Amino acid sequence: MIRLVGILVGLGFAFVALLAFGVGAYNAATDPAAETAEHAFHLESEMPEGGYSFTGPIPSWDVAQLQRGYQVYKEVCSACHSLNQLAFRDLSELGYSEDEVKAEAASWTTIPGIDPTTGEAVLRPGLPTDGFPAPYANDVAARAANNNAVPPDLSLMTKARHNGTAYVYSLLTGYQQPSAELATRFPDSMPGPGLNHNPYFANLNLAMAPPLSDNQVTYADGTPATVEQMATDVAAFLTWTAEPSLVDRVRLGWLVMGFLLFLTVLAWLAKKQVWADAKRKD
Amino acid sequence: MSFPWAKRYEPTNPLMKFLDEKLPLPRLVYDAVGAGYPVPRNLSYMWNFGVLAGFCLVLQIVTGVVLAMHYASNSGLAFDSVEHIMRDVNWGWLMRYAHANGASAFFVVIYLHIFRGFYYSSYKPPREMIWLIGVVIFLLMMATAFMGYVLPWGQMSFWGAKVITGLFGAIPLIGEPIQQWLLGGFAPDNAALNRFFSLHFLLPFVIAGCVILHIWALHIPGSSNPTGVEVKTESDTLPFHPYYTAKDGFGLAVFLLLYCAFLFFMPNALGHPDNYIPANPMSTPALIVPEWYFYPFYAILRAFTFDFILPAKLWGVLAMFSAILVWFFLPWLDRSPVRSGNYRPLFRKFFWFGLMPCMAALFYLGGTHAEEPYIMFSQIATAYYFLHFLVILPIISSIERPEPLPFSITEAVLGSDGNAVLSDNAKPVA
Ligand code: HEC
Ligand code: HEM
Repeated sequence: MIRLVGILVGLGFAFVALLAFGVGAYNAATDPAAETAEHAFHLESEMPEGGYSFTGPIPSWDVAQLQRGYQVYKEVCSACHSLNQLAFRDLSELGYSEDEVKAEAASWTTIPGIDPTTGEAVLRPGLPTDGFPAPYANDVAARAANNNAVPPDLSLMTKARHNGTAYVYSLLTGYQQPSAELATRFPDSMPGPGLNHNPYFANLNLAMAPPLSDNQVTYADGTPATVEQMATDVAAFLTWTAEPSLVDRVRLGWLVMGFLLFLTVLAWLAKKQVWADAKRKD
Repeated sequence: MSFPWAKRYEPTNPLMKFLDEKLPLPRLVYDAVGAGYPVPRNLSYMWNFGVLAGFCLVLQIVTGVVLAMHYASNSGLAFDSVEHIMRDVNWGWLMRYAHANGASAFFVVIYLHIFRGFYYSSYKPPREMIWLIGVVIFLLMMATAFMGYVLPWGQMSFWGAKVITGLFGAIPLIGEPIQQWLLGGFAPDNAALNRFFSLHFLLPFVIAGCVILHIWALHIPGSSNPTGVEVKTESDTLPFHPYYTAKDGFGLAVFLLLYCAFLFFMPNALGHPDNYIPANPMSTPALIVPEWYFYPFYAILRAFTFDFILPAKLWGVLAMFSAILVWFFLPWLDRSPVRSGNYRPLFRKFFWFGLMPCMAALFYLGGTHAEEPYIMFSQIATAYYFLHFLVILPIISSIERPEPLPFSITEAVLGSDGNAVLSDNAKPVA
């Protein structure tokens, strides 16, 4: 009885699934889906030439690079993008001393605070314990200033996109004029007013104008500030903000793997020894 | 329970004697996973996954309890509290990655455990109850993992919760009220997040209770084995300890190596980047997919695209739930008297060239964009899935001619008949 009912139910589901298959196949044959502009023009992100110190089997942070990247964030990106998950004290991990962190925090002068005498809302210089301030009071203000797009928080950006470090680098260096082919084949995918063409962006056009131009910042260590260089550095910095534990994690991982390998060998030998006498013991 | 030749617990130490009189806990352990539990001598490594699943459950409970100490189940705070765990809590990143990857490891182990059951027909008498409890555990795990994935309150958390609870909306008439009742609102929000956290904390302990029943039921007939021939004499068995404790110990070490490789070197490989974007009801992600371990069932859900009498969505929901519910009926669908696939030529062909490729396809297709040709493939795989369990298995079991079975486990392992003296160089198959 169960088998009879089962066979009927099974045939029923299989029939409906195959019916849907037939209809889908018919539609696909008579009316094939047109290629989309994203499919034809979207590019996969690539790492900058030379790579990074934090990729590869034994990663490390290049502190000078992170400091440069922080400078780019501070002097360029922070005009539009927040960094919500970070506090100034976190900068101590970038090789700044306690006093330097204090001075750095104080150089940000727009921290919302309260006047100690009147109780009124004021803007004050930062303390190491403060979080990074957001550039806009709310999303409405952010939209109003950015062609109806909200600049996303950057703290987790490199984890929130596929292949994130390469993505940030490629996006910042990837702005270009839309090709003539795009204009003829997909006129709807040409950048509209206030949008900028970038083949690394999911739908090819984004509201962020190219934020970097050569020599936009002056690096303290004298590194030439090309767009490439700044993009490389800020992508490294954002990798650190997204995952400050990255280097510690991988390095600890090797210790753990070494220990586990040793344990596995011991466990194997123990197993072999225990089972060796299985033939006699019966 | 157990076999008459099982060794008996005889404490010599006065403290153990005292304990044994007042509360015989050591005796329980001795008889359950010690020298007092005889086990078939020919179990392969496919029999390691039960112990590994138990390990995963403990791992999830320990890391989960620590996470719960720092996590805030409020829709305004949840996302940031998870980042607080990652950044500010000492070893918080380790706990969180251990928990998130632990859930994946748990499902890898459980799927292998279940597929072992399919191949060796572990669901057949006298082990039906063990199998039924196992399917209940699997359903509870799915519920737990689904609600856990909602907790970080990222984009996939939110939209996943919306899509999955939306499935109930496909039920005619009562669907929408049920959906609203489950969520405590019209869309996932604070009320949903709070109850999901409460249930996500509770269900693992319910699972632990079911695991106790599962093992209790197991210890009545004892484990099956790769031949599927039941234990007959003492020479068919070995005491659990030290033989299988040693073998499970080695299995655990190998498992930990693989698990830690993910945990330390690619902790986000199995997750979805969108879940690092805070939940935003106003912006729908380009692709909404659940965690990988739900892919087969998600593929089945999306395979139904055609309204045939019932709306397509309702077919999808019915099929998705039925895909797991059919497992409950396996003991009565497959009536072959032979258990092990090793002695069932036809069954074996359909297992390796039918069911396994079908599952592999469904695992892949559940994660793809809902577009052609993926949908067409998932429609074929879905049809085969139901035909396999509900039509092919019952038919095979009545027409197939099984290959000859060994007389006993001893014979299968040692190549002599069960009564012969065992030669010194006869080697057991590990
Ligand atoms: C003038 C304001 C402005 C500045 C300066 C700016 N951005 Fe943006 N950014 C935006 C806006 C607006 C968007 C949203 C674009 C959209 O969604 O169309 C955006 C989006 C992004 C994105 C996300 C793209 C995606 O995949 O969604 C990244 C990454 C990014 N910006 C990085 C940076 C970096 C790094 C800098 C500093 C070098 C920077 N931005 C400087 C306005 C700005
Ligand atoms: C059957 C066992 C369990 C499974 C399968 C499971 C699964 C999951 C999953 C998939 C997540 C989302 C992970 C992420 O994306 O970060 C999660 C999160 C969480 N779980 Fe569990 N879990 C289990 C047991 C527990 C237990 C016992 C507790 C606590 C008592 C717990 C507490 C939490 C907490 C607080 C979170 C949110 C924090 C975070 O997202 O990292 N879990 N769980």
